[in-house]
Amino acid sequence: MTVLVGYVPNSFGEAALSAAVAEAGRREESLVVVNMSRDDVLVDAHRAASEQLDRVRRDLAELGLAAEVRRVEEGSDAAEALLAVAAEVDASVLVIGLRHRTPVGKLLLGSNAQRILLEAGCPVLAVKPA
Amino acid sequence: MDNFNHLIAGFGDVLTPLNLLIALTGVIVGTAVGVLPGIGPAMTVALLLPITYGLPPTTALILFAGIFYGGMYGGSTTSILLNTPGESSSVVTAIEGNKMAKAGRAAQALATAAIGSFIAGTIGTMLIVLVMPQIVKFAVTLGAPEYFAIILVAFVGVSAVLGASRVRGLASLLIGLSIGVVGIDFVTGQQRMTFGVPQLADGIDVVVVAVGLFAVGEGLWVAAHLRRKAGEVIPVGQPWMGRDDWKRSWKPWLRGTALGFPFGAIPAGGAEIPTFLSYMTERKLSKHPEEFGKGAIEGVAGPEAANNASAAGVLVPMLALGLPTNATAAIMLAALQGYGIEPGPLLLTNQPKLVWALIASLFIGNTLLLVLNLPLAPAWAKLLQVPRPYLYAGILFFAAMGAYAVNGSPFDLYLLLALGALGFVVRRFGLPVLPLIVGVILEPLAEKKGRQALQLSGGDISGLLGGPVAWVAYAIVVAVLVWPLVSKLRGASGDHDDHHDAGTKAEVAA
Repeated sequence: MTVLVGYVPNSFGEAALSAAVAEAGRREESLVVVNMSRDDVLVDAHRAASEQLDRVRRDLAELGLAAEVRRVEEGSDAAEALLAVAAEVDASVLVIGLRHRTPVGKLLLGSNAQRILLEAGCPVLAVKPA
Repeated sequence: MDNFNHLIAGFGDVLTPLNLLIALTGVIVGTAVGVLPGIGPAMTVALLLPITYGLPPTTALILFAGIFYGGMYGGSTTSILLNTPGESSSVVTAIEGNKMAKAGRAAQALATAAIGSFIAGTIGTMLIVLVMPQIVKFAVTLGAPEYFAIILVAFVGVSAVLGASRVRGLASLLIGLSIGVVGIDFVTGQQRMTFGVPQLADGIDVVVVAVGLFAVGEGLWVAAHLRRKAGEVIPVGQPWMGRDDWKRSWKPWLRGTALGFPFGAIPAGGAEIPTFLSYMTERKLSKHPEEFGKGAIEGVAGPEAANNASAAGVLVPMLALGLPTNATAAIMLAALQGYGIEPGPLLLTNQPKLVWALIASLFIGNTLLLVLNLPLAPAWAKLLQVPRPYLYAGILFFAAMGAYAVNGSPFDLYLLLALGALGFVVRRFGLPVLPLIVGVILEPLAEKKGRQALQLSGGDISGLLGGPVAWVAYAIVVAVLVWPLVSKLRGASGDHDDHHDAGTKAEVAA
């Protein structure tokens, strides 16, 4: 069993990551960090640069956690990608960052968080940056 | 001084609220399509053609000119931030521009590109005012044989000088000419290449050809290569330049302008050659040669000025002779024909208000572009995060609507699909699109002038030779076509010219 966290390079991703680190320590389980980069856009603001992922790896190693950091580069749906990894690694808990979205924004673009909450086969921990 | 009076009158015509709004729309749309790789001003103008038939010609041309100039500005943003040129004219900008962005100098690179484009565009437009009427004076004296010869130069120029392979360029031109001859022969009334299909008797509408080639063809091409890794966002601050950046930029701006304008005006033009030449010049003249390859501001300033000056240059043969030297100009000419306005040497005499209003709108558009681009560069960069399926679904929708709107017949939609498939094949096999579209648009004119010349001489082939202007034109055509053979023979006779020989062989192999 592992703790799975969806990581994006902003304050929401950092909040999710810190919560996931605490959760992995509490459960004494390993940690899997996933960053999703869509393949149907020219530039993706949610794509973490390789240096950023390296930094995450280094930080987790310093904390003495058994952790794996990976980047998903296929597909255009972050919720789907995260759920697929959750099934693959048999996650005991899924940690995501939650951001506010207006009703109109949700209507137009949908909400990845909502889909993860509804479709995940494991408990989901949703955190907001302080 | 006469020109300037006309120009001021042109400003008077442009400075109406509607025209200013249209100019603003044009530059915004132009910048947007310039930013997005694969979507260029040529495609956009083609998509907007059917929509603008409801507008007065002057208004439509102001819109198109705004898109044309805007595309030149927008292309640099993508080059600098993504290392993916938004337009072919910004390929060179990417070399130094992206290095500057990676070194945290994206703001300065964007600033020098925008200000350089503004200066080059303004000087270039001023040069149009000075040069174009002189060329018109010369052009009205040309007879049919001379005109025919000059069109041949344009054909050979766009097919053989640009691009890697003459064979591909000429093949593309031939496809274009074949599409151009479809329909009823205007002298004898016979049907040509209509294959018994009554809808083809009127010829294939240029709108359908342009939209099929540029929009549907590009859409299919992108669909075939849809999936690829996304880039990372490069933070862009407010574009600005320090005192040192200004000092290093102003000379490359002026040199780029001087290189770009003449290359835009000749049919071998396009912006690729002058931007590359400008880059080489700046590298040679720079006081900081060690910075080239690591993000030298001169390498952004020069080529960006060159591509905008060449955009201005393109308008000289377009307005004075009715000859397009790039794809956008070709489609703008098609727009003029759609209004029943004959492009050519008589355009300035018959439609002075239209021409001068267009030129005045260029000055205004250029200024709007500087105002839009300096503060808004970060917003333009956000456009790159739009998912491709959304973009191309929209483009295909507009393409289908535009093609249907031409005659209101479903036949044009089938034709659109067929031409879209052709556009895909052309891209797949590396044929340049420019000779094709120039062939389609200029074929009727070339045929008309050539047959006039032959009728004047009673069918005697010597009637095509005409006067000295035609001789020079034919000499250029022959030189361009024969040159690779000559250089190959020279290479075979002696081994001293190894390098050149290898180049020719590579070209043949390609």
